[in-house]
Amino acid sequence: MLTIAKLTIGEAARRRVLWVLVILAALAVSLTAWGVASLLDGARDRGLSDLEIKFAVSQVLILIAFMFGFVLVMTAAFFGSPAIATELENGIAQAMLARPLRRSSYLLGRWLGLSTVIVVYAAVSGLLAIGVVGVVSGYVPPDPILPVAYLAGQALVLLSLTVLLSTRLSPIAGGAIAVVAYGLAWIAGVLGKIGLALDSPSLVNVSDASRFLLPTDALWQGVVYGLEPSFVINAAEGEFVARTSPFFAASGPSPAILAWSVIWVALVLALGVAQLRRREL
Amino acid sequence: MIRMPRVTLDLPAIEVTDLRKRYGPIDALAGLTMTVGRGEVFGFLGPNGAGKTTTVKLLLGLARPTSGSGKVLGAQLGDLATRRRIGYLPELFRYQPWLKAREVLTLHGELMGLARSRRRPAADEALQLVGLADRAGDIVGRFSKGMQQRLGLGTALLGDPALVILDEPTSALDPVGRVDVRGIVRAAADRGAAVFLNSHLLSEVEQVCDRVAIIDHGRVVASGDLDAVLGQAETVVRVSGLSAADLPAIERFGPPTLEGDVLTVRPMDEAGVPDLVAQLVSMGARIQEVRSGRSSLEQRFLELVARDRPPAGTPSADRLR
Repeated sequence: MLTIAKLTIGEAARRRVLWVLVILAALAVSLTAWGVASLLDGARDRGLSDLEIKFAVSQVLILIAFMFGFVLVMTAAFFGSPAIATELENGIAQAMLARPLRRSSYLLGRWLGLSTVIVVYAAVSGLLAIGVVGVVSGYVPPDPILPVAYLAGQALVLLSLTVLLSTRLSPIAGGAIAVVAYGLAWIAGVLGKIGLALDSPSLVNVSDASRFLLPTDALWQGVVYGLEPSFVINAAEGEFVARTSPFFAASGPSPAILAWSVIWVALVLALGVAQLRRREL
Repeated sequence: MIRMPRVTLDLPAIEVTDLRKRYGPIDALAGLTMTVGRGEVFGFLGPNGAGKTTTVKLLLGLARPTSGSGKVLGAQLGDLATRRRIGYLPELFRYQPWLKAREVLTLHGELMGLARSRRRPAADEALQLVGLADRAGDIVGRFSKGMQQRLGLGTALLGDPALVILDEPTSALDPVGRVDVRGIVRAAADRGAAVFLNSHLLSEVEQVCDRVAIIDHGRVVASGDLDAVLGQAETVVRVSGLSAADLPAIERFGPPTLEGDVLTVRPMDEAGVPDLVAQLVSMGARIQEVRSGRSSLEQRFLELVARDRPPAGTPSADRLR
């Protein structure tokens, strides 16, 4: 398994995927720094209080995290959906699987290699963005590692799903299904919040079912919660508009949903291994 | 050609009995039974869709048989540990295009469980063997098809496997490359490896194989030593002035048949050709052409494969005219 994981990381490096990600991350961080600096200039000119500025910066950070989370999820889908399918189509996998290499080691090795690339990318660019915003504005979230971990978690959930789909479907089909599923899960999360605010059990049920099927939205709530200063949470607690916003979270994901996310990834990978074992090469 | 004596151990390299494989309604293999000995080069022939690649995939455990059983190097089909001792060149050879040639081989060395210290020397030996020693540091993605096939042959021969399975090993090679491959295959067999050669190229099989099996519609239609499959030698004479009544006089050379102006004596020893010609001339026949020898594998193959098939079409008016 480690042989395949190493090979996969080597592939990302040799095919210049890593360098493209590093350049994109550098661009995104520079743009963020410039944007926050401009925002601060404008806000100070208008005489906003420090608390107001802190609020504005935290909101900008959440929006940036949303965009970055989306990019990360798309990257995971682009990595995962061809991971198995392309190598089976072109025969690279057959040459390796005729060796004493278990199909489970092959699939898990591919996943582990891609996961490493994604987690390192998320950690470096996420922490760099938070750090740069901290230097420019003075605002650092209460626990900066947590939102980055949730962002990476979201991407790993989607990577696992695309790797599973890749054992049966073409890269395009697998990638499309995963991205649509991610979008639907996000919308279901918004509906669930509205359901809670309106006391509508059916909307809440839809959201719960969606989190059970694809726990990305639960992890997104963790990202938002982790980036908010505590006074925002206290102030927005009773506000209807805030409670229904996908960019506000009164609490992070429960230990139960976190545990489920881990089990979910394990189950999806197990299903992927079973599918690949059954497949005639 | 003088061949080295074969190293034959007790257990055959491949032994399959009544192997069947169905893909939906199609019988890809319909009861394949065959044995391949150690140290022999076994040619596996058949038209497209006969079940050759399916057989290879079953032998390697890449696909599972619908029924039947088999052993490869003494272990059940698909046994993981046994694959350490099998080298395989797929029909669709493709290797990581971002790796260097030597890296592909060290990767396969690692996958087959070679000790770390052995991987580099084994990779270099294999590259030398297939004539890619001077391209060891080049990226595989820039290789021509023929060079990629040589690299695939190198991975199949890496670490001296006991069984080498080659699926169409010269499909992308030029005539020089084909000759090289024949030498490489013979050398592997002389070292004691069994070579299972899946090929369309009958001349290649004829020149390098000890035994052959011809497969059609998922069944073996002929198998055995090349001599047995090709049949005995015959003499064909294009002749005029000969009638069926003259045939008893030439029966001493072998059983004769006369179709139009073509006289065939089969089987017939080549040594008797001058006497046969003298006999025919003395009977007043006029000889246009004399051919003597065995039928080629190609002829034999076409005969065997054509037997199962309906004629290609009804005779046209032109052909009847």
